[in-house]
Amino acid sequence: MNLRKIRIALATIFFVAITLLFLDFTGTIHVWLGWMAKVQFLPAVLALNVGVILLLILLTLLLGRVYCSVICPLGVMQDVFAWFGKKQKKNRYTYSKAKNWLRYGALGVFVAMMVAGFGGFAALLAPYSAYGRIVSNLFAPVWQWANNGLAYLAERADSYAFYETEIWIKSVPVLIVAVVTFVLLAVLAWRGGRTYCNTICPVGTVLGFISRFSLFKPVIDTDKCVNCNLCSKNCKSSCINVKDHKIDYSRCVACMDCIGKCHKGAIKYARVSKCQSAKCGSNKEKVDNSRRAFIATTAAVATAATIKAQEMKVDGGLAVIEDKAIPKRQTPIVPPGALSARNFAQHCTACQLCVSACPNGVLRPSTELDKFMQPEMSYERGYCRPECTKCSEVCPTGAIKLITREDKSSTQIGHAVWVRKNCLPLTDGVMCSNCERHCPVGAIQRVPSVEGDDHSLRIPVVNVERCIGCGACENLCPARPFSAIYVEGHERHKTV
Amino acid sequence: MDRREFLKIVGISSATTTAVLCGCKPKTGETAASGELGPIPTDKMTYRSFPKLGKDKVSILGYGCMRWPTIPAPDGKGEMIDQDAVNELVDYAIEHGVNYFDTSPVYVQGWSEKATGDALKRHPRESYYVATKLSNFSNSSRENSLAMYHRSFEELQVDYIDYYLLHSIGGGGMDNFRRRYVDNGMMDFLMEERKAGRIRHLGWSFHGSKEVFDAMLELHDQYHWDFVQIQMNYVDWHIAKGSGIGAEYLYNELAKRQIPVVIMEPLLGGRLSKVPDHIVGRLKQKSPESSVASWAFRFAGTPEYILSVLSGMTYMEHLQDNIRTYSPLVPLTEEENQFLFDTAKLMEQYPTIPCNDCKYCMPCPYGIDIPAILLHYNKCVNEGNVPEDVQDENYREARRAFLVGYDRSVPKLRQASHCIGCRKCVSHCPQRINIPRQLHRIDKFVEMLKQDTLGVEE
Repeated sequence: MNLRKIRIALATIFFVAITLLFLDFTGTIHVWLGWMAKVQFLPAVLALNVGVILLLILLTLLLGRVYCSVICPLGVMQDVFAWFGKKQKKNRYTYSKAKNWLRYGALGVFVAMMVAGFGGFAALLAPYSAYGRIVSNLFAPVWQWANNGLAYLAERADSYAFYETEIWIKSVPVLIVAVVTFVLLAVLAWRGGRTYCNTICPVGTVLGFISRFSLFKPVIDTDKCVNCNLCSKNCKSSCINVKDHKIDYSRCVACMDCIGKCHKGAIKYARVSKCQSAKCGSNKEKVDNSRRAFIATTAAVATAATIKAQEMKVDGGLAVIEDKAIPKRQTPIVPPGALSARNFAQHCTACQLCVSACPNGVLRPSTELDKFMQPEMSYERGYCRPECTKCSEVCPTGAIKLITREDKSSTQIGHAVWVRKNCLPLTDGVMCSNCERHCPVGAIQRVPSVEGDDHSLRIPVVNVERCIGCGACENLCPARPFSAIYVEGHERHKTV
Repeated sequence: MDRREFLKIVGISSATTTAVLCGCKPKTGETAASGELGPIPTDKMTYRSFPKLGKDKVSILGYGCMRWPTIPAPDGKGEMIDQDAVNELVDYAIEHGVNYFDTSPVYVQGWSEKATGDALKRHPRESYYVATKLSNFSNSSRENSLAMYHRSFEELQVDYIDYYLLHSIGGGGMDNFRRRYVDNGMMDFLMEERKAGRIRHLGWSFHGSKEVFDAMLELHDQYHWDFVQIQMNYVDWHIAKGSGIGAEYLYNELAKRQIPVVIMEPLLGGRLSKVPDHIVGRLKQKSPESSVASWAFRFAGTPEYILSVLSGMTYMEHLQDNIRTYSPLVPLTEEENQFLFDTAKLMEQYPTIPCNDCKYCMPCPYGIDIPAILLHYNKCVNEGNVPEDVQDENYREARRAFLVGYDRSVPKLRQASHCIGCRKCVSHCPQRINIPRQLHRIDKFVEMLKQDTLGVEE
């Protein structure tokens, strides 16, 4: 069986499945495919998922960087572009030297940002979350439009198979980031194959380090090789040095393309037992150094992850409803299961999976600098409904830990604050009980607005001890654009 | 291109499209409608005349102009009258013998009189009777009432009104009647207008209690009511939900005084045509070719003092069906009458909310689409999609149908969860539905569906 075909088949499965994971807004697919996000390298590191990390390291030690050509969706996406690039011009690649200063520099910057707590900016470089942003910002709207088209038809056919979903831009900066990433990667991959993977990607750099020692590798049989350069011209990692008959295994993503390209059968994917050349020895010191550097950085990554009325009333018609505006919250709100703002910021890789999964329009990426692109909650479009725990179910990094409905209903993520100047009984002189009626934990009661006068219009008061910060009151408050009751987040969540 | 220009272009293009459509309309219309049942008669309509009303020969089918079709406004905000469709409906109605058109200054967001007038003026004035109302609910000052009266002539583009009604007597009791019509001198004014011939017949429409009704009839000697408009159908005959007074009493009192009666809500805003499946089966078994609605129309048209039965027909199919029912009217037999009363009893078991989609409650100041919510609920009641318990056999399907259908019928921001209970709508409802209580009940039901806690003990 052709190794390349196996690679392509597996890659297709992973790529399609992970893409679907991001596109699905019904919450059904993650039950089956949720693990595919959890085996991604960086999420596993952030989740301190030792089992997965060890497994991926072992996989790399055994077979090389197959992670990069099979499991990583961003890698596979680049292969798709590269494939188009090769259609346009055959044999387009050439060997180039490794740009180590860039690779290790990028890794260093990434780790530094993680340690310093700028997880959002670090996420700009991270492969899995970059792909997540591309899907949720660029592909998901198309998917949802198609769904809405089907929902429209279903409605005409009196079927409830499809329902309409709301499409909205959750954050313009993140959309821009996604577009820029997408275009940049498309151009890079079209022209040079895996340029990003071997110069910027921190995961690629780490795995590349490991893959030097992998058991199976493509090796050139110097007896058969006629120096035709065909393999090198088709290597999207630009890592085959034909002149010296050497392959830079730190950059090779084990795509197996070269094996089939060679007319002479001079390249084999085989076990390399011993260092055969004399040059090998001279490299030893260098390797040791970089190994030390690598171990240090891994430790750093690990620590970063752990620290962190008019004249005539006419009949009919609809009153115009003004959009709600986002209130200024002193403390942002993060979902139940996040434990604390700090835990959340440290584990989140800003992949937008929870944002895609949130059925209530609550989660959206932050635009604040220190938490850039990491999700936060706001209640203009909906509120954190009592029966929903979707974000905690999909989060692959442990930023939002799995939480049950029962635990959620007793987890205080914030508390409601009443705003006198917006409250309808006081501004419009009408009776209103919406916040009280919708509070799922009975934290709101209404008291007479004039002390001692039981006939005066009633205003809500919040028992902050019972309030869980779900935002039902804020979302359903009739005052617009600013609600008369809004939620302030809590730095650390507590159980009531 | 400014907005006016744009509207003009839209107007012209839509007018031409209709013209094109109309060109081939009679043929396709007739074939589609004829089929098995034969063509829709143009000369068989039943007419009613009464000595009190002089030479008037009024078609038993009256056109209620409260539900004219609307289309989204070109500026994207709200909606506007679909005048082409209105013209088409009016032309068809007149062509098939309908000659009574009932409107009001407040119908269809205040656009109904103009739309009706625009459509009717294309026909000879003597070919139709037009009825409108003094709907001075929110401001009953003499100036405002007079302005409303004169505006009706302008909007309808007529120099006399055939049937003029005091709109919705009963709400607020006799005090409200005196405030709206007596204290401001409007009654005297309208009597003068009648004498002068600008009002040919003066009457009132009624939604209220027995006391008010009796008191109004006592005023008959003073005001000489020419006609009265009441709500009547086979469900409300003995006793009506809300007011607690049956149409039987109202009709008999009027008949006793030989006052012609105009019927409104013969179909309860469509509720008597959108009935549960087994009621459909029951009615169809009796007469497979007759529509469900035709029973309600025959019921309303049968008593001898009925002048006209109003139907707010938004769609051509409804107009055609009603014309067929009344061309000519086949009066109900005693046995059929009893059959309908038994049917009404069976329907009581379905806890629908008596909303007739008249939209008097609208617009809700907080943007809620009240009739859409109540109608969706009723639809689900009739289709068996209002489960009582999570253990119910069809719970999952019913839940999905209710919730998905709810989002389809009512945008999220206009759903019951946004009702604050200000009670502004309550006094507007002629069916006396406690709207906030119903909305809160539906909201609670939706909440339990979403949380899967229906019937689960706390």
